Amino acid sequence: MDMPVTKKKKLGLKERYALMTRGLGWEPSYQPIDDIFPMDRFEGIKIHDWDAWEDPFRLTMDAYWKYQAEKERKLYAIVDAFAQSNGHLTLSDARYINTVKLFVNGFAPLEYMSHRGFAHIGRQFRDVGPRVACMMQSLDEMRHSQTQIHAISNYNRYYSGMAEFRHHHDYLPYLQVPKSFFEDAATGGPFEFIVAIGFAFEYVLTNLVFVPFISGAAYNGDMGAMTFGFSAQSDEARHMTLGLEVIKFVLEQDPVNVPIVQKWLNKWTWRGVRLLTLVAMMQDYMLPKRVMSWAEAWEIYFEENCGALFRDLARYGIVMPPCVEQIRLERDHLSHIAWCHFYQARGTSDFHVWLPSKEDMDWLSAKYPDTFDRYYRPRYEYWAKCEAEGKPFEATAVPMQCQVCQIPMMFTEPGDPLTLCQRHADYKGEQYHFCSDHCRDIFEDEPEKFIQSKIAGHEVFKGNAFRPGTDPTAEGFNPAAEALAFFRIEHGRDNGLHNGSTDERNFALWRGLAKAND
Amino acid sequence: MQMDLRTVTIAPQRQTYGHVARHIGGDKPASRYQEGTIGLQTTGNQHYRPLWDPAHDYFDESRTKLKMADWYAFRDPRQYYYGSYVLARARQQEAAEAAFDFVETRGLADALPDDIRALALDLILPLRHVAWGASMNNDFIAAYGYGTGITQPALYYAMDQLGIAQFDTRLGLLLAEPEALDAAKEAWLHDVRWQSLRRLVEDLFVEQDWFELFVAQDLVLDGLLYPLVFQTIVDGDLAQRGGAAVAMVTQFQNEWAAETRKWVDAQIKAACADDAGNAALIGQWIAKWTPRAAAALCPLAEMGLGDRSAAVMDELCAALDARAARAGVRA
Amino acid sequence: MSSTVFLALQANDDTRHVIDAIMADNPAASLDPQPAMVRITAPGTLVVRRETIEELVGRDFDLQELHVNMISLSGRVDETDDIFTLSWDR
Repeated sequence: MDMPVTKKKKLGLKERYALMTRGLGWEPSYQPIDDIFPMDRFEGIKIHDWDAWEDPFRLTMDAYWKYQAEKERKLYAIVDAFAQSNGHLTLSDARYINTVKLFVNGFAPLEYMSHRGFAHIGRQFRDVGPRVACMMQSLDEMRHSQTQIHAISNYNRYYSGMAEFRHHHDYLPYLQVPKSFFEDAATGGPFEFIVAIGFAFEYVLTNLVFVPFISGAAYNGDMGAMTFGFSAQSDEARHMTLGLEVIKFVLEQDPVNVPIVQKWLNKWTWRGVRLLTLVAMMQDYMLPKRVMSWAEAWEIYFEENCGALFRDLARYGIVMPPCVEQIRLERDHLSHIAWCHFYQARGTSDFHVWLPSKEDMDWLSAKYPDTFDRYYRPRYEYWAKCEAEGKPFEATAVPMQCQVCQIPMMFTEPGDPLTLCQRHADYKGEQYHFCSDHCRDIFEDEPEKFIQSKIAGHEVFKGNAFRPGTDPTAEGFNPAAEALAFFRIEHGRDNGLHNGSTDERNFALWRGLAKAND
Repeated sequence: MQMDLRTVTIAPQRQTYGHVARHIGGDKPASRYQEGTIGLQTTGNQHYRPLWDPAHDYFDESRTKLKMADWYAFRDPRQYYYGSYVLARARQQEAAEAAFDFVETRGLADALPDDIRALALDLILPLRHVAWGASMNNDFIAAYGYGTGITQPALYYAMDQLGIAQFDTRLGLLLAEPEALDAAKEAWLHDVRWQSLRRLVEDLFVEQDWFELFVAQDLVLDGLLYPLVFQTIVDGDLAQRGGAAVAMVTQFQNEWAAETRKWVDAQIKAACADDAGNAALIGQWIAKWTPRAAAALCPLAEMGLGDRSAAVMDELCAALDARAARAGVRA
Repeated sequence: MSSTVFLALQANDDTRHVIDAIMADNPAASLDPQPAMVRITAPGTLVVRRETIEELVGRDFDLQELHVNMISLSGRVDETDDIFTLSWDR
């Protein structure tokens, strides 16, 4: 039966999406709006016209479910196939597995934090548009955390250092760097959080994380990680768009917002790059087959890409964060300083380290002609000699850490690579230590926040890094061993040198079995 | 490197992550739901108090009066992690899409009796605001709740309610012009029949105890609203009065409610079983919110059911009490 | 000074025609193939047109399908039913 069909107005994507999101909201009258949204004013950001918010992307839930389900189907098919075929035995080299350890310990819990943080600000902005975008990002971040945990699950069945990633992320000294980074952002106000994570991290720095990890995975035969990386990035494109829209929107609303946003950009670019020290190190030292150096990635993804962005923001009076000068000076030192530190402090890590081989060092010389041979090669050659003599060098003292980024005070003076950089500040009768001017500036802007930092070394000395019931006065009490037990580091298995480790032995054994005929 | 990889048997060193193993009673293979849920939220060594709530840690058990010895006693019977969640919803949205298509291409919306169309618009369109309220409240639970066991499905609930608000909107656009949405918002804001419900929704926006909010929104309000509107009025009455097309395009809402009720009940049951005080506490919350929700829904019941409304509301409240009692709540 | 925008897509069977369409619609764009992905850069602006893709794939195409294979981008996004634009210009 043919029925006359009324021709309805055809709505465009923007109009339709507006009805599907902002159209859902209303001006409340039974409760004061400031009680319903109590948190979006205290930071001093002034918003006069929420209607000027441009939705960064326009996915309704039905389309979201449809496309995300398609991504998940593809992703888990590959994760399953990789696990079922013992894909880990096709890796370039057993050392690669340590990048996977770094990932699950350092990043998967951050994705989870990001999920919770976006759920929080997805409840707090008083306009529907940004709330919907934030809720959707919260859901995506849950995805990223879980797909990483699932893809790495099979590695965890065979190799060390991953089983306690949740506990390690909470307590292990080096992991307090990423943990405190994200907690700093999440405990800030909603606008600071979205500038820190949505903009500075997702937009400015995400490519610097993405290129090393995902291309590195692809180069080293890790199909699972490559796939979750690509799949996650397809969401990141949306997240970057949100970050950019937030910045533009906030800057256009009121001139008083500009210095506040500039301060956050300065803080979070620096905090972000300090965090990426781990990535720089992974990229230059931990990938058996390397993709590009940290210095090269910085040139492409920061200098070129973010150059364009900051040129665009100049119209609002935003300038490139001053810390970028120091980052440029540290560019050719960062990964070397970090790897030297992790090599010496390998007792308290949950991944293995090694000295770069002759070929590795030649690559590093070529990539860092101004710094590597002069400052770092001699160190590695000396440590190689110690190892050859059966007396490998190891630093067992608890290092002094920066009160803000919580990285051990291992960086050198900008422009003076032979002098250790240390800064100090006094606050309420206590002295605090910093790795740099920029971390000290961040402290001085918010001292009440950063005096709360739980500095891992201090926690050990305060007795907070022992299992319940431990008696430090007992006969033969060994604080270092007790702290490792509290950290759930299985000494000799999770930590130490790669050469001679259980992981190295098992990988060689299993790969031998896989390749042999009987 | 190309390698001819024979299938070899190599012995795993362990079956799952340590924190998962400790919770499931030993090192044994864990499901993706378990690995993606158990212990995922940090519980210790939080560095800074939030600037926006200095009285609490970022993750803080005391944001609700509920007491739990084990926050991961909150399990999702559907075992949704992100992947299984979006796959389930993608299947449902495909069915919904087909229903919208079917109704649209065959002109079934135009064939609706006028009174049915009017009722569907009057009753369902303002509900998109209620759904958006439910979305906000569940996002609140996802943000400030404790432990991934309950916060994860709360976010799924929030997104589902956004999806439902959007399906309600599409129904409006199918049956009428976009101006119908304005009329519905006008009714939501000013029509006396909607004001008790709007007051309730706005009062829930300022409720600070996230588990009380869960009880009020997910158990009580949605526990009455969905059986009343989508099950009784749309699927029952409208379908028989020539409004089958409306029932077709609200099938998602009904399926969702039936599925999600099991999750809600499981949370209440887990809470009552974990701590002796919880059963009475939840009982008080139910007693506090049920009369308000029932009163707020009465005008909707009258719109759809006329004389039968009081009897139906009584039945629904009794059914809700029975659900709570089965879950171990002490009245 | 005109800044560069870019769009990075996974290189697979779904994106082959999309990439061809983008290259056809943006004469100034350049294609940079990388392992498992392509990066398309263009000075100032890059557009993705639904119509061009539909001609190449021979079916209806929803521009939001791009989300499945998009890896990264740079520039401001503007999205309608017919055209997806990345741009630094105003």
